Amino acid sequence: MGKIETSVHRRIWIDKFFKGLIILLSLGSIVPMLLILFLITKNGISVVNWEFLSQLPKPVGEIGGGISNAILGTLWLILLSFIFSVPLGIFAGIFLSEYRAGRLAYLTSLSIEILQGIPSIVIGIIAYVWVVLPMGSFSALSGGVALGIMMLPVIVMATAETLKLIPDSLREASLALGVSYPRTIMKVILPAGLSGILSGILLGIARVTGETAPLLFTAFGSPFMNQNILKPINSLPLTIFNYATSPYPEWHTLAWGASFVLITFVLGLNLITKLVTKKWKVQF
Amino acid sequence: MNHTIADTAVHASRAKITMQYKWGISEALFRRLLYFAGLILVVLLAAIFFSLAIASFPALRQFGFSFLIGKTWDPVRGEFGAFAFLVGTLMSSFMALLISTVFSLPVSIFLGEYFRHGNVSTFMKSVIELLAGIPSVIYGFWGLFLLVPLVRALETKLGVAPQGVGIFTSSLVLAVMIIPYASSIGTEVISLVPSDLKEAALSLGATRFEVIRKIVLPYAYSGIFAGILLALGRALGETMAVTMVIGNSNFLPKSIFSPGNTMASIIANEFTEATGSLYLASLIELALVLFIVTTIINISGKLIIRKMSTGK
Repeated sequence: MGKIETSVHRRIWIDKFFKGLIILLSLGSIVPMLLILFLITKNGISVVNWEFLSQLPKPVGEIGGGISNAILGTLWLILLSFIFSVPLGIFAGIFLSEYRAGRLAYLTSLSIEILQGIPSIVIGIIAYVWVVLPMGSFSALSGGVALGIMMLPVIVMATAETLKLIPDSLREASLALGVSYPRTIMKVILPAGLSGILSGILLGIARVTGETAPLLFTAFGSPFMNQNILKPINSLPLTIFNYATSPYPEWHTLAWGASFVLITFVLGLNLITKLVTKKWKVQF
Repeated sequence: MNHTIADTAVHASRAKITMQYKWGISEALFRRLLYFAGLILVVLLAAIFFSLAIASFPALRQFGFSFLIGKTWDPVRGEFGAFAFLVGTLMSSFMALLISTVFSLPVSIFLGEYFRHGNVSTFMKSVIELLAGIPSVIYGFWGLFLLVPLVRALETKLGVAPQGVGIFTSSLVLAVMIIPYASSIGTEVISLVPSDLKEAALSLGATRFEVIRKIVLPYAYSGIFAGILLALGRALGETMAVTMVIGNSNFLPKSIFSPGNTMASIIANEFTEATGSLYLASLIELALVLFIVTTIINISGKLIIRKMSTGK
């Protein structure tokens, strides 16, 4: 009798120990995240002020200087990648949800899955081969192409997954009223799935905003304010990379500030996406 | 009176005409447009592959298979062997996988079994999601300023040359970065385990731990493995964070603490400085290898998951 009791006690004890261990390790895995946020806020927030956001960078040795060209460059790159990926991505998403069983749809979704897994540096090389080499110079345009390719899978997936949730009755009602097929898709099905598509676009933007590797030999970076998309352009992640790996402490300070701006932007976008999905959830 | 009726009729027919004009693209044309969009993506992928293959052709022809086993990388003498980077990539990725699994598996069990709903679960899930959203350059920056001094201190204690940067440091950063990928898939497959199986074991007197060890983990095993595989795909191709902390040395790493380079980091470091077509082609061949390896890993991971979630 006593023997059984001790064995039960032991099993219960092991059970409790295991649960404790799981909780401990799980909490342990979010420590780096908190450390990153803490370190960047601590070192970055004091750097960020209006001058920092509105001035151009200064040469080494001079105090001050800002990241206005990087912020503007990032916005340019987002705009370009948006143009390259959103219309095509939405159409491809519609295609995937409309022709689920077809052979081309299978190939398309396979391509999307592969595209999503391609390392970003490889995408950078592709944009280099496709755009930089023929045009003979680094450019914002090539950076936009690289980021557009990275954004594409996110948008296609989001669109396709959202539209698949929309019930057939909606489409049938529209068709039964005599509305043409193209119009049914564009005016009934797409608006019904708008929130899902929108959150996909926001996620895509959040994903490419922080990308550095594809820009190293496409957008390349530039210390000047540039509005010409055929010339090299700066971006926030590139600035962080260049400043962080430099040997000058003043530049490290600037890198902390730029990191703070970047992380606020990216995590803010993530939060907005969550709110969008929560508020206008596609439900039928 | 008659006049106005006629007017209205004209107006209506005009409206009809404009409507037809606006949405008059026929169904066939619209369908073709959709088809075309789907086709573009397939063409895009094929074009990526062939562009890489064509651009790396000079190196493929010059070195053949020995590119992957050649030990010297000497741009000045035009000798390009990628063995050191292959080793660097595999060492850093597998070490990262080892470290991250110690954390990602518990997170999966935490979210998939112990805390499936409620505030704790929501909080944890949001934090993990945010972790996945942090840009890799920021991970690198963080690693450079927080982990490098720590590793240097550790190396001093162990009596290794205290450099701070190196393969071990990059594995640490990578490990943190891939926790979200492995754990989110793990969580999904663990919560797929049918509750009647678990309840049957519980009703026979098994403890929660025994249920997890003997029912949940064996059932979810292949899915967890797939999650780890997909995380490996991420780690192999990760560039910025690794480039910033690996130390950038083109020699074969002697230990886990020595500086090295991965295939991705050597591209990031040398691509803009590459002079000569053979040099450029060699770097692009590295990208081709990365592309093929990550594609194989991703597809097999996804196949395993699909097989699991649709039932055996």
